[in-house]
Amino acid sequence: MEFRIDRRSGVAAYQQIVQQTKQALRLGVLVPGDQLPTAKAVAQTSAVNPNTTLKAYRELEREGLVEARPGVGTFVRQSLARPQAGADSPLRGELEDWMDRAREAGLEQDDVTALVAAVMEERYAGTGPAADHTRTTGTAATTGTMGTRGHA
Amino acid sequence: MMSYETGHGGSADASAIEARGVGRKYRRGWALQDCSFRLPAGRICGLVGPNGAGKTTLMAIAANLLEPTTGTLRVFGAAPESAEATRRTAFLAQEKPLFRRFTVAETLRMGRELNPGWDQRAAENIVRAGNVPFDAKIGTLSGGQRTRVAFAVAFGKRPDLLLLDEPMSDLDPLVRHELMGTLLAEAAERGTTVLMSSHMLTELENTCDYLLVIAGGGLRLAGEVDELRTAHTLLTGAHSDGRTPPELAYHTVVETRISGRQFTSLVRPDGPVTGPWQAGTPNLEELLLAYLRSPEAPPLIGPSSYVAPQAVAA
Repeated sequence: MEFRIDRRSGVAAYQQIVQQTKQALRLGVLVPGDQLPTAKAVAQTSAVNPNTTLKAYRELEREGLVEARPGVGTFVRQSLARPQAGADSPLRGELEDWMDRAREAGLEQDDVTALVAAVMEERYAGTGPAADHTRTTGTAATTGTMGTRGHA
Repeated sequence: MMSYETGHGGSADASAIEARGVGRKYRRGWALQDCSFRLPAGRICGLVGPNGAGKTTLMAIAANLLEPTTGTLRVFGAAPESAEATRRTAFLAQEKPLFRRFTVAETLRMGRELNPGWDQRAAENIVRAGNVPFDAKIGTLSGGQRTRVAFAVAFGKRPDLLLLDEPMSDLDPLVRHELMGTLLAEAAERGTTVLMSSHMLTELENTCDYLLVIAGGGLRLAGEVDELRTAHTLLTGAHSDGRTPPELAYHTVVETRISGRQFTSLVRPDGPVTGPWQAGTPNLEELLLAYLRSPEAPPLIGPSSYVAPQAVAA
């Protein structure tokens, strides 16, 4: 797989790699046992700093999604694909029916997006984003704000 | 005399460069003054500043081409003029001096003769990846091909510290992207520390994880890119009669700009950033431009880059 890094988005490059890997795991583009591209390969194709790629992989490893095998590479441990959300699942069928009705009622795409986001916020309140996977270690990201240590 | 393990990029707290109070004076005045910082090993560091700010002077001191007028600089703990430091450092000057009448193969052979630890295969692979013919004379190559050969010579030396002075400035975007990929991939493989001056602010965003900003001969910013970005907040809101909200004064203001009824301020927050505005994290380009436009803003030296400014005993 190849990462697409948007340099102007304001989202840190390592977060973009984390998000795109998770998306690939959800869509089944990556399945357990697959090897992620090496930091060297990502550097070569996308001109991304290798430390950025490694930082993203460490984050994915903390979430239990991938594992690093020293000297070999980084491999997918766990899929994020959910059969409940597959193409022929009942949940998807119901959503399709609902979306047809919304369109008949005259809602635009932006209206539907806002409505879905509002209901989702209400129903999923307190459960947080998809960070509920096995956290193997508790080391949180350590990038805090720094002291304003000026020196003239 | 301390000895350092060689071969790989070094441990997390090893310094590739440590500068204490480094300054350099030319006849026309100070090119660099009181520069104190450390660059941890294994980083890819951007060196940014206006023309004439002292970037080349700093690199030339690290490469043992110039002596500092004040202060001391160490490369992996050794003086730049020591055999150890010269063996571990490669410097690629902006004009990429190669002999125009040598062929590519002869150029690599010269590298092999001059450098004991020469890696012929690595050098050849870099040349080959760009389909540069080995029997072509340097003078007949395009700018991109010449830069590629210069990269091959620099990497063939197997340096632990690679100093690049505006390596890509004269190349088209496609060749630049390709060579940047080669550079980062080679650095990834060896754990090479790279210090690279550049004016391409957007390009630095993903290629560098560390940053040094020099302006007016002094150090303005130093540290990890993520640290530096998250230490700042970009505020936008409405001003009244050119007066920005009084809450702004609680923070260190780097720069404020006014456009119509809107103001935009880049601040280093000192406490919670609540006020009548929208707040966001600046991207690297916004951060760099603000510091380059405001040379009087107080400098920020990140914890991983901080050294006490006094010179060490030799």
